[in-house]
Amino acid sequence: MTAPVTKPAPRIVADRLHSPLRRALRSWEAILLVVAIAVFIGNTLLSPYFLNAWNLSDATFNFTEKAMIAFAMAMLIVAGEIDLSVASIIALASTAMGLAMTAGAGVPVIVLVGIGTGLICGAVNGVLVAGLGLPSIVVTIGTMSLFRGIAFIVLGDQAFTGYPPEFAYFGQGYVWWVISFELVLFAAFAVIFWAVLHRSTFGRAVYAIGNNATAAAFSGIRVQRVRFILFLLTGVMSGVAAVCLTSRLGSTRPSIATGWELEVVTMVVLGGVNILGGSGTIPGVVLAAVIMGMVTFGFGLLNVPGIVMSIFLGALLIGVIALPRLLRRG
Amino acid sequence: MQPVLRLRGISKSFPGVKALQGVQLDLYPGEVTALIGENGAGKSTIVKVLTGIYQPEEGTIEIDGRGVRLTSADAAARAGVTAIHQETVLFDELTVAENIWLGHAPRGRFGLIDRRAMREGAARLLAGIGAQIDPGARLGDLGIASRHMVAIARALSIEARVVILDEPTAALSHKEIHELYDLVEKLKRQGKAILFISHKFDEIFRIADRYTVFRDGQFVAEGRMAEVTEGALVQMMVGRSVDQIFPARVHNVGAPVLTVAGYSHPTEFADISFTLHRGEILGFYGLVGAGRSEVMQALFGITTPSKGACRVDDQVRVIRSTAEAVDAGIVYVPEDRGRQGAVKGLPIFQNVTLPSLGAVSRAGFLRMAEELALARDYTRRLDLRAAALDQDVGLLSGGNQQKVVIAKWLATRPRVIILDEPTKGIDIGSKAAVHAFMAELAAEGLSIIMVSSEIPEVLGMSDRVIVMREGRIVDEVSGERMTPETLVRAAAGLAVAA
Repeated sequence: MTAPVTKPAPRIVADRLHSPLRRALRSWEAILLVVAIAVFIGNTLLSPYFLNAWNLSDATFNFTEKAMIAFAMAMLIVAGEIDLSVASIIALASTAMGLAMTAGAGVPVIVLVGIGTGLICGAVNGVLVAGLGLPSIVVTIGTMSLFRGIAFIVLGDQAFTGYPPEFAYFGQGYVWWVISFELVLFAAFAVIFWAVLHRSTFGRAVYAIGNNATAAAFSGIRVQRVRFILFLLTGVMSGVAAVCLTSRLGSTRPSIATGWELEVVTMVVLGGVNILGGSGTIPGVVLAAVIMGMVTFGFGLLNVPGIVMSIFLGALLIGVIALPRLLRRG
Repeated sequence: MQPVLRLRGISKSFPGVKALQGVQLDLYPGEVTALIGENGAGKSTIVKVLTGIYQPEEGTIEIDGRGVRLTSADAAARAGVTAIHQETVLFDELTVAENIWLGHAPRGRFGLIDRRAMREGAARLLAGIGAQIDPGARLGDLGIASRHMVAIARALSIEARVVILDEPTAALSHKEIHELYDLVEKLKRQGKAILFISHKFDEIFRIADRYTVFRDGQFVAEGRMAEVTEGALVQMMVGRSVDQIFPARVHNVGAPVLTVAGYSHPTEFADISFTLHRGEILGFYGLVGAGRSEVMQALFGITTPSKGACRVDDQVRVIRSTAEAVDAGIVYVPEDRGRQGAVKGLPIFQNVTLPSLGAVSRAGFLRMAEELALARDYTRRLDLRAAALDQDVGLLSGGNQQKVVIAKWLATRPRVIILDEPTKGIDIGSKAAVHAFMAELAAEGLSIIMVSSEIPEVLGMSDRVIVMREGRIVDEVSGERMTPETLVRAAAGLAVAA
């Protein structure tokens, strides 16, 4: 019992510092959940029309399309990149769908053309950033003008209308009762992106690159390939959003989805993704999407002008970001 | 004679490291005191204490007999302490005068910057150190030597009583070094107290009047240069013989594992050929900039060699990316831990599994339990000190971060592990642990390349040493010839002693 110990046994390092529950309670997502509940209660108290299944269902259209892009954008921003051309990709994809429609294509072809255009646009961004090593913020500001510019050249002040009636399902159809096709698609993508970012080897590479791209490369991660795939993915999701939005509006104008890139980035940042890369979660983005959708809808019910709405969203964004820092200081 | 600066009982610690333990230091007017010690002895920490970057936990600092608190870089400057670093940060787009006065420019009416006083002051300072530089020139247009003079003028632009020269000759040519010696003489005549930090003994003996020796964060000795010999100083620095610090190794090397033939690079290195055997530790020695790290990074796929071939276990391997190097069984623990080693912001276990994601996943999806198990195995082998495996790796001390990086590579079960300055800047305890572990790995049959600039480490750990100079292999040393003198002479390009 008192024998001298010559070599101490290696110390045991615990797996976790805190229990998963404690981590969850202290997380950004917990704050967002509280905000979401507060917005919900506020809306219910302020407007008698809010708590109605069909009204709530309508409210989801305020965020479903943007959120689909936001999931891909979240991964891109976690990896330390950004894509500001997403709204312009929608414009170009929608224009391409309109051209396909005028050429007499059926619904499946129109959808494929929309998603395919997104893929090509994503590939252009990806080659410029990952292939040539250009900074993504500059590249995508460039392609933002470029893609929408092409849409304007094709359409001028015209619009494509007269999509086939079956095409309307993507943006206007309901799967069951008040559950729209877009809402189902949003939920499905939320699960898929959650699994990819938080449970796959690809997602782990994304976090490693966002925290330290050099060290990631020195760890055998194919950094440029991951970056390229992320731009491709964002392009595809913009194409999917273009299909839904075009279907919902039933027409294509070159000004379609103007300003969405900033709303998508706002959604991602509000969701707790560090704009400098390295951290953030998909559940956070889901909550941020719901909050933004409900705020927009609630203000709509109260007849609040659009400009007040954007002031509120801006203040909300700055508030939620400043709050943890102020609390830590105090 | 009363010292200008008097430090007593200064202690400073960092998580896991006691950088300084009750050290003392005296600097006298008009005299140069050389601060001598091995890497990690606490020299840079004391400089940072004196320049107000670190606050010591204990101890007193007196200047001209009055106690001072150097709570910021600004406070240190006002107390009259200035430092000339190896790489002072200057601004290319500003003029010479603006660089010199940045942050403490002379003010004129309405508190505006007095540009005339600035130009005249800059001209006076530059003339004082014998530099013929136009104060109005844009800094970016100057050569390296002139920039260095501007940095010195900037350091002297505060009314300094104490001037610290922190390895000032590291990046200088022969001629510039002599100009620096002249400058030091001028500063001495002005009665400034000078602290001189250098690894080069010839310099120390030439320039210093006094010495102070630190070892492992502790004060060892001080005295006059005239009363000490080189051998005695080395003894004080090291304080123990080489075989005491390094683990005893059985030199038992096996069949060739890695064969490099004629590796060349357009600018960094040429005609590198060597063979590494099973269970061997092959040391790479050379001066900083000899191209050792560049060769290793080419073997690891960070850069691509223009010529040459590489074989692992008799199989030709073309390595164009780090992923291909890892596939070939070659892994690399970089010197620049902060930038290239650990991914700070990710937890420890995710750092460990980063190159082994394929092994801890099914169909691209990670298995948390397997990840933790792998991380647990390898961090335990390295005796990692951490609170938990899900702790951010950035919170660990340098030595423990290094253990995480080594664990990450061992988890890939490599054939060859390249360690680039594996113990640079880590504490003594972790250093011994890394050395012991290297010996253990070699005994198990792993082949190790160790790039190191510390002669005791190279000699203490290696079976064989390759010396590089200016991008080429100049000598290969083993057995009887493994002496400090052989290595130093080969690295410096001197004739090999008979």
